[in-house]
Amino acid sequence: MKLIFIFISASLINNFVLTYFLGICPFVGVSNKTENALNMGLATTFVMTLTAAVTWPIYQYILVRYNVPFLEYVAFIIAIAALVQLVEMYIKKSSPALYRALGIYLPLITTNCAVLGLALFMVLRDYNYIESIIFGFATGVGFTLAIVMMSGIREELEFADIPKPFQGISLSLIIAGMMAMAFMGFAGLIRG
Amino acid sequence: MQTGTMVIISVVSMGGIGAVLAAFLAVADKKFKTLEDPRVELLLNILPSSNCGGCGYPGCRMLAEKLLAGDAPPNVCVAGGNRVAKELAAFLGVEAKEHTRMLAVVLCKGGHAEALRNARYKGEETCTAANLTAGDKACTYGCLGYGECVDACKYDAMAMDANGVPVVFYDKCIGCGACVRACPRNIIEMHPEDHKLFVYCRSKDKGAYAKKVCAVSCIACGLCVKDCSVAGGIALKDNLAVVDYATAPQNDESTKRCPTKCIFSGIEEKVTKEAFLSVARKKAV
Repeated sequence: MKLIFIFISASLINNFVLTYFLGICPFVGVSNKTENALNMGLATTFVMTLTAAVTWPIYQYILVRYNVPFLEYVAFIIAIAALVQLVEMYIKKSSPALYRALGIYLPLITTNCAVLGLALFMVLRDYNYIESIIFGFATGVGFTLAIVMMSGIREELEFADIPKPFQGISLSLIIAGMMAMAFMGFAGLIRG
Repeated sequence: MQTGTMVIISVVSMGGIGAVLAAFLAVADKKFKTLEDPRVELLLNILPSSNCGGCGYPGCRMLAEKLLAGDAPPNVCVAGGNRVAKELAAFLGVEAKEHTRMLAVVLCKGGHAEALRNARYKGEETCTAANLTAGDKACTYGCLGYGECVDACKYDAMAMDANGVPVVFYDKCIGCGACVRACPRNIIEMHPEDHKLFVYCRSKDKGAYAKKVCAVSCIACGLCVKDCSVAGGIALKDNLAVVDYATAPQNDESTKRCPTKCIFSGIEEKVTKEAFLSVARKKAV
């Protein structure tokens, strides 16, 4: 039961993008086409799930055991960077078109604060191993959900007559704010 | 725990994690090795690597890939000019077409001395911002004077002159078109080098009003149209004289009687960086 709670909480109620405002950079940067947004979401989900799976043992079995938990930031960043490298290699091999479409945002998953935030929250909330992996996966699903919805809206707006001062990033940020307000509606879904 | 042991543990654990991940990545790198077309690298060595975007592709790498695919002719690189066009053509084994040099031309001469100011603009000092409020000049077609084109130029080929309008240095401009894209009023145009005759005004206002707000505006009097030795070489459109570059002779004959001196021939090539600086120096003395 707790696993389901963690999943719903991380993907909807405490959506990383729309309630914690983590990972805004790719959220605004890669959300102009739904196809790319979905792929970016999937890549990030993959990295997040693996991050949870890798950083939890590092934290519990190395940092806590040898009494150096203050190294968590460094250790997590190293692990995330390595995972992103792996994903980058894989995408470059399997789909050069996607590799070009994601462009700079793919290596930037390394510094995506949502990924690091996930690892830190996982430690902060004392999740066990299974819970951590579910949490990582759910966070990725939440990120994918947000970025795909955003790209859907932005694709529709391509054909709209937008006043000049609102064009581009400014309107994207306004939409992000409205989506965040809409997501607040999920707050009543689970008590506590 | 003592500081010494803590430092040792930190170093060892971080080093260990790093080494394990590095080994893991090294294996993955072998497994996911991708082969790239080695010719892309060779082409990149020929291209100027300035990523100016003048060719229409995002960056030199894209152009190199398009060149290999045969989608782009070898003379599209504006930053490289003739030399690069020839080398690319030799590399690709195709015939090089002569590269026409393109230059940016600023079609407004209404600076501090000529243009009437009827407002005071206190906002952010960029052209884009000023354009939202129509700026401080009475003419709503002319140069705003905040130099966004100069900022956009990566080749040190533009400067604002003492009169507050931008000038393009004939010897420095490589024709990438960055200034054209930067100008919110669209007063900068790209022209081939052999275009000499320009109407330095974009005002579509009626003659009487245009003259009132700027001393060097085109008032659409039609004298240059009459004086042009080829009929139809210069025409009037939207209260502006428009030069038809296919037919109009690019000499001074048709410009002599212009009452506001806004049509000129061949002043662009006189503005080199050296000439501009020496004038500025003389004024300073």
